[in-house]
Amino acid sequence: MRRTPAELVGARPEPGHTIDFDGRPIPALPGQTIAAALWAEGILAWRTTRVNGRPRGAFCGIGACYDCLATVNGQASQRTCLLPAEPGTTVTTQEGHGRADLAV
Amino acid sequence: MPTSPSERPAPYDLAVIGAGPAGLAAAVTAAELGLRCVLLDAGPRPGGQYYRHPAPGLGAAHPERLHHGWSAFTGLTGRLAASTVTHLTEHHVWTAEQGDTWRLHATVGAGSTGSAVVEAKAVLLATGAYERQLPFPGWTLPGVVTAGGAQAMLKAGLVLPGRRIVVAGSGPLLLAAASSLVSAGAGVPAVVEAGNYLGYARGLGTLAANPAKLVEGAGHGARLLRGKVRLRRSSAVVEAHGTDRVTGVTVARLDAEWRPVPGTERRIDCDALAVGHGLLPQIELATELGAETVLTADRTVALKVDDGLRTSLPGLWAAGETCGVGGADLAIAEGELAARVIAGAPVPTALRRRRDRRRAFAGLMAAAHRPGPGWTDWLRPDTDVCRCEEVSVAAVREAVEELGATDSRTVKLLTRAGMGWCQGRMCGPAVACLSGSSELRPDSRPLSCPVPLAQLADGS
Amino acid sequence: MSKRSPHDVLVIGAGVVGAACAYYAARAGLAVTVIDRGPVAGGTTGAGEGNLLVSDKEPGPELDLALLSTGLWQTIAEQLGEQIEYEAKGGLVVASAEAGMTALRAFAAEQAKAGVVSTEIPGDRLAELEPHLAPGLAGGFHYSQDAQVQPALAAAHLLRASGASVRLGETVTAIRTGPSGEVLGVTTDRGRIDAPAVINAAGTWGGDLAALAGVALPVLPRRGFVLVTEPLPRIVRHKVYAADYVADVASGSAALQTSAVVEGTPAGPVLIGASRERVGFDRTLSVEVLQRLAANAAALFPVLRTVAVQRAYRGFRPYLPDHLPAIGADPRVPGLYHACGHEGAGIGLAPATGLLIARQLTGERPELDLTPFRADRFDEAAA
Repeated sequence: MRRTPAELVGARPEPGHTIDFDGRPIPALPGQTIAAALWAEGILAWRTTRVNGRPRGAFCGIGACYDCLATVNGQASQRTCLLPAEPGTTVTTQEGHGRADLAV
Repeated sequence: MPTSPSERPAPYDLAVIGAGPAGLAAAVTAAELGLRCVLLDAGPRPGGQYYRHPAPGLGAAHPERLHHGWSAFTGLTGRLAASTVTHLTEHHVWTAEQGDTWRLHATVGAGSTGSAVVEAKAVLLATGAYERQLPFPGWTLPGVVTAGGAQAMLKAGLVLPGRRIVVAGSGPLLLAAASSLVSAGAGVPAVVEAGNYLGYARGLGTLAANPAKLVEGAGHGARLLRGKVRLRRSSAVVEAHGTDRVTGVTVARLDAEWRPVPGTERRIDCDALAVGHGLLPQIELATELGAETVLTADRTVALKVDDGLRTSLPGLWAAGETCGVGGADLAIAEGELAARVIAGAPVPTALRRRRDRRRAFAGLMAAAHRPGPGWTDWLRPDTDVCRCEEVSVAAVREAVEELGATDSRTVKLLTRAGMGWCQGRMCGPAVACLSGSSELRPDSRPLSCPVPLAQLADGS
Repeated sequence: MSKRSPHDVLVIGAGVVGAACAYYAARAGLAVTVIDRGPVAGGTTGAGEGNLLVSDKEPGPELDLALLSTGLWQTIAEQLGEQIEYEAKGGLVVASAEAGMTALRAFAAEQAKAGVVSTEIPGDRLAELEPHLAPGLAGGFHYSQDAQVQPALAAAHLLRASGASVRLGETVTAIRTGPSGEVLGVTTDRGRIDAPAVINAAGTWGGDLAALAGVALPVLPRRGFVLVTEPLPRIVRHKVYAADYVADVASGSAALQTSAVVEGTPAGPVLIGASRERVGFDRTLSVEVLQRLAANAAALFPVLRTVAVQRAYRGFRPYLPDHLPAIGADPRVPGLYHACGHEGAGIGLAPATGLLIARQLTGERPELDLTPFRADRFDEAAA
């Protein structure tokens, strides 16, 4: 059995909760970012690009690259590597700019 | 919220931007010397990227196991808690206005939901650095992450991008990242370093004067040995494979100019790749005001500062990575030194020596990890250079070879490379290199981060 | 005997005006060389929005130039349209109150006599043209001839299509003249280039270049900022601007003026202008200007309040005291031609400028009388 990151730092997290990712419940721990909760479930992509429709997820992990954008609680282009995965947070895979509703 | 003139508070003596090692050291030192000091930082907790650590809710009993020099950090946060420093978390300063006093405009909250204006008589820029990336085929696949990003997500969120993670690129961060990943249970089949480390040998005197650095390196080495990690020097990941996520990489040996040597390719299976080529100083708040810059030994642009860490702009100081990347110990020394100069306090000789020694070591490391010009040989015409705008190598080359672009700015105008959300942070070095421009200028980034239009509109 | 130079024309400046000069001179059969101290589109061209407008111009020489250019851009677009992101999107000028509509109506009626096509849009029908416009506006005028290009691409592709020899990163240090004052060529930081004709397409620096030939041309910079939003779907169909924009364009005031100008781009971001101020070449970001631009734009398109501003850029419009460009042969220096001082309209006016100068170079009759654009007109005013 390999060690986990939580075991390494002797983590005793407060009770967890779930967030909603494309209609699927994802466990999250208090203080984790959305990107971290998704990684913990083995999910690496939650956006498709504007030009070629390619999958993307967290890249820089510190809010600099904007690759981890997703629609969070209905708001497009949110940096999931910064936003906390709070109870009830709804994350939707973002297609392109995520603002298709505005098109005229 | 913006305050009306009648209720505008008196300006702070000093605003420190960035609560990493340099900013923390500066803020607590300045406050202890009697200055009214405000510390603004984009993150929710102090520490910056280097001392990034789990949120309290994760209940980490031993955060120090993911860090080197954790006690230095707890020392600083202890002083911060006991100080008069006003610490404004989740405040991302998007521009600094220079007038009779400085006016720092910030967008507030991880989702940029609020805004603030902070006034101060002096400003210290301690905004740190972000990772330098060089593109390669497949680098946009999910599962390819930055080495610093893998570390950041591990340190703060206690998560890993995969179970079998190749670490690649160049620079001392790679060993630190690989060591953390192994400690946290990941398999690391290889650390692929483009440099050959021989550069260090030229400055053994400097190395001997920085014993802490040797110990730190030895610690990483021991952990990597236990984790059966293979270090491949003078090598690079020249392609990441996979369709919707990375399933393996091709590693090739590099010649002295970083050109892949044909016939040396070897495939390594993995489910994640952590990659980076050192760090780039984050200095746009100063360069947009015209602050002078210097070129570092690893070809990054840093702020030019004098002995007292004054930039070329009156009232603006810089410390840590903004003056050239050099690590946490150097940043702490510079933060303290700058604060003393700003406060008009004497600078102890020992502090100055400590700083000068570490600065010299930083120069040595930078020289050893300077990217070679041959790296562009591993690109293919359809490799995306700009991740945000999905601009290919072919498009950039057309702009340069056929449309009259001779620098990054013109490549950007003609291809949109660098015009997307990250404002060229990820593609900047590659575009500069492909543009063939001989001089390296600071990237233009009038807004340091995106600002909700409503915040601008309501500020008038 | 002196050997004939391989160069017929030297164009100084690789912005859109220089590119258009090269394009039309080359099509007229001349051997053209373009020289720029920087890259292509490195000056005002690279900081523009790419407007090809007739709607904001009052009847007179500039409007005549704009109308000629509109047709030329259409022809160019048949070949290069996609590469230069040409969009015949039309302009929409809106007024918030009835007084503004009255002024717009009178303005449009005058323009119609010169050949400008416009249609009055009552307030309750604005939403059909622009669904996201703020409700309650008094009305507007739709100008079908207004169009847009991506300016840097336009300059680069015109230059490539010209087939001219292009020398970038080379600085002209002198304009050499002969015994009777005629142009012999230029000296650069790399050497000497002989040619009987030199075109000053140096934009904001056109005054400095004229000075190298020993003549005065009072080109001044007028700073402008543009806000750029995150990439969006098409939410603004036309170039939409508030009625007071026309007054700001025509004004000579040094003080800061801002009026709402909002347009989408094929690439996604919405561009938000426009500010004008005379502050020399000061590049410092002005938070006040950004705030006013954002407030103006949000007043026209409230939906923009929900988007992020990703970046801002600034540029310096090359402007002459009477707001008309300098185009054509300089009577003071035989062989010197000017193509600069187009202020904020250089992208739009570039093809007409290039064509008219090509006519002069080849001794053909220009489509327009160039007298109002003579470079020595300010000498006369002073005399």
